[in-house]
Amino acid sequence: MGGTWRFAARFLARDWRAGELRLLALALVIAVAAISAVGFFTQRVRLGLESQSGEVLGGDLVVLSGHPVGTELARAAHRAGLRTVRTLSFPSMAGHGNRHTLATIRAVGSAWPLKGAVGIAARPFGPVTRVRHGPRPGHAWLDPRLMSLLHLRPGDRVTVGDATLTVSRALAYEPDRSASFLSLAPHLMINLADVAKTGLVRPASRVRYRLLVAGPPAAVRSFRKAVEPHLDPATRLQDASDVRPQLAMALRRGQQFLALAALVSVILSGAAVAASSRQYMRRRLDSAAVLRCLGMPARQVAGVYAAELGAVGLLASLAGCAAGYLGQYGLSWLLGSLLGGRLPAAGWSPALPGLATGLLLLLGFAMPPLLHVSRVPPARVLRRELGTPGPPGLLTYAAAVLAVGALLWWHTAETALTLRVFGGIAGTAAALGAAGLALIGLLGRLRRGVGTSWRFGIAAIARRRGESVIQLVAFGLGIMLLLLLSLVRADLLAGWRSSVPADAPNEFLINIQKGQRQPLRSFMESRGVTRPRLYPMVRARLVAHNGTKIRPGTYRDPRARHLAEREFNLSWAARLQPGNRVVAGHWWTRADHGKPLLSVERGLAQRLGLKVGDTLRFYVAGRSLTLRIASLRKVAWDSFRVNFFTVTPPGVLAGFPATWITSFYLPPGHGQVLSDLMKRFPDVSVIDVNAILDQVRTVMQRVSMAVQYVFGFTLAAGVLVLLTSVQTTRRERLYESAILRTLGASRRTVLAGVAAEFVVLGALAGLIGGLAALAAGQLLASQLFHFAYRPDPLVPLVGIVAGAGGIGLTGVLATRSVLRQPPVTTLREHGQSP
Amino acid sequence: MVDTSGTPIIRGERLSKEVSSPEGTLTILDEVSLEVASGEAIAIVGPSGSGKSTLLGVLAGLDLPTRGRVFLAGAELTALDEDGRAAVRAAHVGFVFQNFQLLPALTALENVMLPLELAGMDDSRNRGRQLLTRVGLERRGGHYPRQLSGGEQQRVALARAFARDPDVLFADEPTGNLDRLTGEHVVELLFSLNASRHTTLVLVTHEERLAAHCHRELLLDGGRLSVAGAGAR
Repeated sequence: MGGTWRFAARFLARDWRAGELRLLALALVIAVAAISAVGFFTQRVRLGLESQSGEVLGGDLVVLSGHPVGTELARAAHRAGLRTVRTLSFPSMAGHGNRHTLATIRAVGSAWPLKGAVGIAARPFGPVTRVRHGPRPGHAWLDPRLMSLLHLRPGDRVTVGDATLTVSRALAYEPDRSASFLSLAPHLMINLADVAKTGLVRPASRVRYRLLVAGPPAAVRSFRKAVEPHLDPATRLQDASDVRPQLAMALRRGQQFLALAALVSVILSGAAVAASSRQYMRRRLDSAAVLRCLGMPARQVAGVYAAELGAVGLLASLAGCAAGYLGQYGLSWLLGSLLGGRLPAAGWSPALPGLATGLLLLLGFAMPPLLHVSRVPPARVLRRELGTPGPPGLLTYAAAVLAVGALLWWHTAETALTLRVFGGIAGTAAALGAAGLALIGLLGRLRRGVGTSWRFGIAAIARRRGESVIQLVAFGLGIMLLLLLSLVRADLLAGWRSSVPADAPNEFLINIQKGQRQPLRSFMESRGVTRPRLYPMVRARLVAHNGTKIRPGTYRDPRARHLAEREFNLSWAARLQPGNRVVAGHWWTRADHGKPLLSVERGLAQRLGLKVGDTLRFYVAGRSLTLRIASLRKVAWDSFRVNFFTVTPPGVLAGFPATWITSFYLPPGHGQVLSDLMKRFPDVSVIDVNAILDQVRTVMQRVSMAVQYVFGFTLAAGVLVLLTSVQTTRRERLYESAILRTLGASRRTVLAGVAAEFVVLGALAGLIGGLAALAAGQLLASQLFHFAYRPDPLVPLVGIVAGAGGIGLTGVLATRSVLRQPPVTTLREHGQSP
Repeated sequence: MVDTSGTPIIRGERLSKEVSSPEGTLTILDEVSLEVASGEAIAIVGPSGSGKSTLLGVLAGLDLPTRGRVFLAGAELTALDEDGRAAVRAAHVGFVFQNFQLLPALTALENVMLPLELAGMDDSRNRGRQLLTRVGLERRGGHYPRQLSGGEQQRVALARAFARDPDVLFADEPTGNLDRLTGEHVVELLFSLNASRHTTLVLVTHEERLAAHCHRELLLDGGRLSVAGAGAR
């Protein structure tokens, strides 16, 4: 064993000095640098986005409870290095003069909000200012509706219990408002210090207490992990994803884009490592044959080269990690302001996957050729043609496929995404191979009609048919990915952003009574607002599933527990709403109207363990109603349309008390419409989701930007990988050019021939890569991201031009130095080590 | 000194080697049998492409015959697997090739040390230096093959071949890549080392002058072996 290491160290030292391993090491450094830079940067972007999503809640985590949240929890949070602030809310009458109305009183501590900002205006529906504090003691901020109901103006006095407070601002937006999205009473916000003066909070009062927590993500996670198991039934935890499904969806899609960028780096790098290791292996064949000839056992030969390559892999991966860390640092420095301030610092954790990725790539792509070296017949010392490998064999493919599969799965942590990307690549590679073979066959016919250099170039492609097809597949895949990253990516991102259109509904009206429907429609039409569609809803409590009584405490998942506890809004509809898709069972027909059927949102069904055919019993206004699940729906929550978790056919809920809900788009500057609406329909609640919409759009914008830059890095890696793969054929070209020059060809002729070969290869690869990019974009948009995508027919043309130009230029530049070497030197060296 | 009394150190029995080609099966060796006594020097001669190198490879255990048996230093090579044959080569055989076959990654001294290290010998460096001195390259030990002339490379190869005092030395066109004068020096060195160490020599060459140094000359033509010159059995 000692001998193996000694030989490996000696070969490594010599190969390193001679630059023999530079190409392989460079490929690995690029691979690991790309992966770890994406990893480091993605981690920082993710941490940044997570911290932004905390703005929705006013903190990173909220402890919600029916009783005062224990000081013990606050202490635990402080010990973990987290900041905290308390808020509480309770229903109470608010008064002004002889007018009184029910309001939700929110009292906030002086540190509130820990994250995000409050939107306030000097007058109802006036220009909004974002501030990072609540009202001062003695002051109150009110919902415009409350101001309208109580005929209040800024500067007036409002009474809450025993306290009298000055109305100083109209509330436009609260960071953690969503928790009371459907609470009917308008909000009145006061300082926590004024709660005692109201005299309203007593031991039996209906008060919701909140402890907001914020700090480093790791500390928040460990705090959550530590306290969650010990919470009493009246207390639960909430984070951003619990609150806003729209925002959660935006974040998840952003992360999918980032994961895709990382995957592309992995695949490009694999191609580079495969090409350079195969080249390296070819040049080790003679040495391996001599070692075998001198009596070294095959296992030891394999061990020597494995140890040498392993050491290179480790060193290159370490260098790649360091380069990746530095790379992301510059990137983050450039992007910090664009992403809304400084990004959180990266941890060292992405270095580990980076290192492991380097070694796994090496194992999958470089070890099979090395095993081939160890099996080289010793008789090669007598006849050099023996043991020369043909095109990569099944073992090479199997190992590479396994390595890529493992890396894809590891980096995405999503089996479905892994399988899709994997299938896509395999299919594309097969299609590229077949197209390459056909095109190379066609090329043969062109040879007669072209000049010497082109004939030489085309002949070179045809002569190395197998090699050329492999190069076409590699270049084609590379070009496909680069086009996907540059052109198609922009289209995909545009498609994603347009999934929340500019005229997405921004106002919701709830609590519309049956008799108000027609007057409301007429009012809206008279004000130039599109005739709104009204959706019925009936409040119901779920009591049994398949005849078994629902006990919220039996659900382990706190979200499932919360869903089982809360009241459902049952709605009815004849047709499936836009943005809804049936994923199991069937939507009802006219014949089913009036039958006790139910369609359930897929996420809800998953959490509560519901499936098609199950029965659910609800209590609705004191009556029991049993419904059978006919279908499960996937709902596009980020469409901002009115959507329901549970829908029945028309006729089922006819006898139950219902209210109606609607949403519509109100262009900016039309605040007066809402003021008039509230005066005309005082019991209808208006929910303004402009702030939420803005937040979602901002997150989308920032994620798009982050993804573009991450893709930019991957693009740079792709270009370098392309260069590497051209470089690997340098030696063969060196030999060929030496022979040609010995036969009297001028340098210019040889160079033109090389250029012709690369230009033709690049154009072919560009054509098939461009077509494949369009197909992949279409597939990604329809299957993965679910939005409309309009392919750009110019993409294949760009592929041809970029492929011919890029690969042609790279090839010529990489080969130019070849011509400077005297042919005799090349031929002599070639005789020793091909 | 040739030992013709006992068991031959090399014995080939009815050796055939066939390879597939686009034109069908090609017979390179056709029922070739030969014996080489310990200490004997034989030359295998023949026109280019006659299969001389193939026969040398088969006799040295670098390659396997399609049919027939090979015995070397008491071991039946044709009954061993590749690692078994490698062990026999490591213990009994040295090689000299037309293309020298030095490892470009190693210095001249390291190339000479290689068989000694493979055998686990402790003083491989000293022994390597002595051998380089013996072939007149004591000052060139730290040079890499590409820094040496053809003649120097072949002398390093000779030093490496004799490093473990092999029982048999196989030489394949050892002067094929050298000019006449350099070639003569190498031949002189080869036979001088061979004589001083009583090594059995199997030499493949197409040079009559070189073959004349051997005890026997065998002609390989059309896959068949026949006696070619004086001193042959």
